[in-house]
Formats: sequence, structure tokens, C-alpha cells
Amino acid sequence: MKPLTVNFRSKAAQTLADAQIQQSIEHVYTGFFKGRLAAAGETDNWEDLRTKGKAIKDHTIAHLDYYLDLLATNVEKNGGSVFFANDAEEARQHIIKLAHKREIKTVIKSKSMVSEEMGLAEAMTDEGFETVETDLGEYIIQLANETPYHLIAPAVHKSRADVAKLLDDNYKDGDRVPDATELTMMARKKLRGVFERADMSVTGVNFAVAESGSIALVTNEGNGRMSTTVPRVHVAVMGMEKIVPSIQDLSTMLRILIRSATGQRISTYVTMVNEARKQDEEEGPEEFHLVIMDNGRQKLLEDPQMRESLNCIRCGACLNACPVYRKVGGHAYGWVYPGPIGAIVSPVLTGVKDASNLPSASSLCGACHDACPVKINIPRMLLELRYRTAEGSTDKEERSSSATERRIWKTWRIGMMGRKRFDMAARLANLALRPFAQNGWLKKAPPPISGWTSSRDFPTVSPSSLKSRLKKRKKGEQ
Amino acid sequence: MPDNTSNLPRPERVTLFASCMVDQLAPSVGESTVDVLEYLGVAVDFLDDQTCCGQPAFNSGFRSEAYPVAERFVELFEKVDGPIVVPSGSCAAMVRNYYGDLFRDNSSLADRAKRVGERLYELTEFISRFFGTEAINGQLNTSATYHKCCHLLREVGIDEEPLEILSNIDDLQMTPLERADVCCGFGGAFAVKMPDISTAILDEKLDYIEATKSETVIAADTGCVYQMQGGLRRRGSPVQVVHIAEILAESINNAGSAGVTR
Repeated sequence: MKPLTVNFRSKAAQTLADAQIQQSIEHVYTGFFKGRLAAAGETDNWEDLRTKGKAIKDHTIAHLDYYLDLLATNVEKNGGSVFFANDAEEARQHIIKLAHKREIKTVIKSKSMVSEEMGLAEAMTDEGFETVETDLGEYIIQLANETPYHLIAPAVHKSRADVAKLLDDNYKDGDRVPDATELTMMARKKLRGVFERADMSVTGVNFAVAESGSIALVTNEGNGRMSTTVPRVHVAVMGMEKIVPSIQDLSTMLRILIRSATGQRISTYVTMVNEARKQDEEEGPEEFHLVIMDNGRQKLLEDPQMRESLNCIRCGACLNACPVYRKVGGHAYGWVYPGPIGAIVSPVLTGVKDASNLPSASSLCGACHDACPVKINIPRMLLELRYRTAEGSTDKEERSSSATERRIWKTWRIGMMGRKRFDMAARLANLALRPFAQNGWLKKAPPPISGWTSSRDFPTVSPSSLKSRLKKRKKGEQ
Repeated sequence: MPDNTSNLPRPERVTLFASCMVDQLAPSVGESTVDVLEYLGVAVDFLDDQTCCGQPAFNSGFRSEAYPVAERFVELFEKVDGPIVVPSGSCAAMVRNYYGDLFRDNSSLADRAKRVGERLYELTEFISRFFGTEAINGQLNTSATYHKCCHLLREVGIDEEPLEILSNIDDLQMTPLERADVCCGFGGAFAVKMPDISTAILDEKLDYIEATKSETVIAADTGCVYQMQGGLRRRGSPVQVVHIAEILAESINNAGSAGVTR
């Protein structure tokens, strides 16, 4: 997927003005957010589980080289192949080459955000392979020629009517009624034929288990299990951080992932893949290939302030909790990962200057940190990236604050470094604003306050400070 | 005196950190804070040299500008002993949770900041920790709802305590606010930099507020008070948004004149 060619602000404004999307996206709160709270509340030790999850991820990321080696060794011992891709291009080329070599015609995909990073479906289609997304949400998105809106619910912004129209337009075989069950049955029928003729699958990896060389997939539609059993070649793709040391750790991570993602106790399917079909077995793929991708993650790993973002297990809980995501939607973020987690990883992973707006698009309310099953301190990293953009980065390109902003904060600092100046600035502001105020409030103000007064009244500065009032009060007491 | 529901020794003297916003924009919140503390039998000192904790510049990324202001805060408040009380969860969070990041290249300053932070309490946190949530028996005749300010809730960890404190005010009719713990869209510079997003978040909050049919919204941080009041005024709504310190002070004053014993 091409990163961040769109402007956050204009995309956000479009979504804010779209009543239908605003209504559809409410589901992330009423469905997922509340579901997570209920599912977490059912466990008697949710905070312990989060602490345990964080410890597992901290440990793994701190010893990532070791666990990646162990994983690769064990996958190969089980008869699979392992390929380390430095970037999306290498990963794409490797998979396309493999598909040509095996004379593949039809590729089925189960949901994978890493494959979105690769832009894999598009690239394989361009190469002439029939490439079909089999997760229903992803399938809808593929038909609409869009990118996923949410980490676990790619089509969450689409209404039933939208989906009915999409299917009508694509199949041109009559009009459909916007009924969820009927639409699902329709898609299921179409996809069944694709499953039957597919000779290669590409799946994601929710967790790779280093000690056993197995991968775990969490799905609700059964497409993951179909994808890992029917085609003769199975390729699994993962970001290099998606690893846990042991099966025991996996059980902890699955508990917090699934409850945090959908509010389920466990997903309908949890698929474990250890190896391809053995000689004496009759079913399953003939080959298993694991593609492990870096694509900028090494930069996060080497960055002590940002490393914790590699703990992310892509549950989407921070999106559901985020008041900004719920208003601006997934596409505003411009790349694969939307919401709070996207705002911290996109600027580093893509290195694109356009992403520097993303950390500013936050009220720092902390709901993401609260929701995160592995306690990633997202607000801290948003602040770190704001610092780099404002003045902290050694890279001139990344340091994109304007001269006006720098001047404003310099002036602010001068005003705050002495009480006399602080009082004088406040009294001057009071005098300047007084003629425009009504009952202590302004309807209009000059920039930068005009941003506020475009939609809200702004309070004027008080004619007297607390300091002077407390002085008077003391005198009164004497 | 109010019943002591806390086992911790009650401080007899505290230092007030007003916060820059209360000091220059909402001094009545500061006066109310003093009233409430004095009602609890606590003498209040005010350091005349105080200005700001540095959060506005820090949150905007300008750490080199925030640094000397924050250092100044530490130097000023480490000169006094005992608890420091601030009527803002956001400023308390800055000092307690983020000075470590700001001073990360200077471990001795970071240590000093930590010690000051350990003595810093947000007002309702201070009341509930040392005096208990039943300490204030006031009287105020209004219908109200309570918004949970983000930094007080999630950075300081004060959740239901303010509501428990308010439940002891006679004649105050509280209606629960739907999604009370969802942000009002303020976020400091964010409210000015990205006004359309900030306002979209605010509008949802105001709809829930209006649905309670309350006359008053109570909140514990001045920034959030202004965000919500500014939006309500623009809507032409008569609903008043009031800092919890002012609600408590007014209720104490009413109860005093009505002859309620302390």
C-alpha cells in the first residue's frame, strides 16, 4: 500500500461531514468498545492478564533476534521455508516468484494487515493471478477498491445498503435487499467456488510461536481454516514482532487479544499451523512458507522511545476507544494502521513527512492507553513524536514546525519565566480583549485563537489574577 | 469538623498551585479551592512567584521551551514542605507523569521533580485521600451532571471519588452522564489546531449533556470547563459548566448560612 499520499485534515473533514459513515462507525464504540469492557470484566484478573501480556511482549521484543532465529529454525525443522524480507518490495517479489514457479492460478487471502503493508493483493492481481480476499469485510473492501477502515473490521464504515449496492454493481445479476444474512450467504456462495479452485493461500499470523515453529490464526468466518487446508501452497506473512516464545505465552496472548478485539471470550476459530502435509497424510497443503517482514520495524526496535509500539498485537482496542478515530475514521490516517497505534507507528515505519500531522490529531485523553491489552503507553509516544516534529529531530525534513509556532512558544516561555511578566501579559490580554467580549466571552478572536472561536465562545482573561485576589482577601481578614 | 474517613494524618497546611489558567482566566476557581481547603481546617499558602507547570509547550512538542518553565516550577515548590494542591488533574499529571520524560537528560533534576510530584495532589484527590469523600456537607439547589475529565481519570486515577464527594451535598440532584468518561475534545492546543475534530467530539458530549436536562455540568479541569461552556454558549444553551471547586465552595457557603453544623 502506498503510504500517506493523502492529507489527514481534508480526509478527516470529509468523514466529519458524512452522516452515514458517522452512524456506521458508532459500532466500534457500542459494539467493540463495550464488548471489550464486558469481556474484560468477566475475567477476575484482567489487570493481571494485561501485566502478563506486557511482560511477555517486553521480553520477546528485548530478545527479538534470539526468538526470530528459534522460530526460523523450528519452522524449517518442521519442513517449512522461511524468508526474511527487508521491505514490502522484497516480500512481494518473493511471493510472486514462488507463485509463478508453482504455476499458481488462484490465490486466496485471509485477513492480514501485513499483506496490506505489502500491497500484495494488488500486486498479485497485476501479475495475472486471480487474487481474492476471503474475509467478508476484506472481500467487501476489495470489491469497493478501498483500503481497510479498521484493524479487525475493514468494512465497518459500510452500511448494509452500501454492501448490497456493491454486490449489485459487481455481479450485475439483479437487485439485492440490504439484509445482512442474505448478503453474507451470497458472498459465501461466491467464495465457496473460489476456495475450491484456489491453489495458493496467503494468510496473516496473529502469533508465531518460537519454541514450536507454529503459527496461530484467529478468525470468525472459517476462511482462515479453509485457507490453511485447501490450497496446495500456504504462505503465511508476518511482521517480525508478531512472535511469542512459547505455547503457554500464546494462551495468555489469545485471551487478551480476542477479548480486546471483539469482546468474545474466544473467536469462532483459532487455527494452529505447524507444518505442511506429511507423507502419510491425505489432506492439507503440500508446502508451507513463512515470510517475516521488517519494513521499518528495525527502526522502531532501535529507538528506545518508540520500541514499545512493537508490543502491539493489532487488536484494534485503541481505535475503538479513541474519540478522534471515531470521528475522522480509518482512511484519514492514510496508511495501513489507523487510529492511535497508526499515529505512532506510521510516521516511523513510513518515514513520510506527511505523517507528522498524525500525532497532533489527539486530545491526549489516554483512552487508548487504558484500552490497550498490553498497556502500550501511546500518549507518551504521541508526545515524543510531537517533540521530534516541533524541534527534537536531527532530521531537518522531520522537524516540520512552522516559524510562527516556534515564535509563539518562545514568547510563551518568556512570559512564564517571571511572575511580573506573567501578570503583565495577562492584564494586557484582558485590556486587548475587553472591547470584544460579552459577559466575559468572545465570539470572535484573531489567530491562532480563531481556531477555537470558529465553533465555540472563548473565555477572556480575568481582569485580576488569583494572586492579587488572594492578597486582597488576606488584607480583608486582618 | 467533618468525619474523618481516612486513616492518613490530615495535613494542617498546604501550598496551593493555582495553575496558569486558574490564576489568570478563572481566579474564582482558585478562591473556591482556598474556601474548600479552609473549610476542611487546612491553612493555605500561595507562592507569589508561581506561573505554569510547562504543560502547554510540552504537549505541543516544544520541550526546550517547556523545560525552563518546568524547572522553575520544581525550584519554586521544592522550597516549601508539605502537600501541594492543584485544582487540575491535567497539571498534576504533567508534573507527576511527564516531568520524568522532560528531564530525561538530567537525572538529578528528574529526581527532584519526582519528589515534588509525590507531594502534589489534585483537589478532589486530596480531599478523598486525607479527609474522605464524606468530608464536605454542603447545600446547593441545582440539577447537575458530572463529566469525568480525562487526565484526572486516567492519568491521576480519580474516578468515582468526585461523585461521592458531591453526593453529600444536600439538594443537589445529580443525573448520570452517558459516556461521562469520554473526552470533551479539549486537549489544549489540539482544540485550536484541529477545531473541526475537537468540535465534533465536543458536540457528542454536549448532546449527552443536554439529554440529562441538567442546569449545571460539573467538571474538575478548567480547560474542559471552557471547552464545554464555550460550545454550550455557541449553541445558545443556558446550561452552566462549573468547576467542582466552585460547586463545593458555594455549597459550603450555603450550608454555613443555613446553619448546618460542620
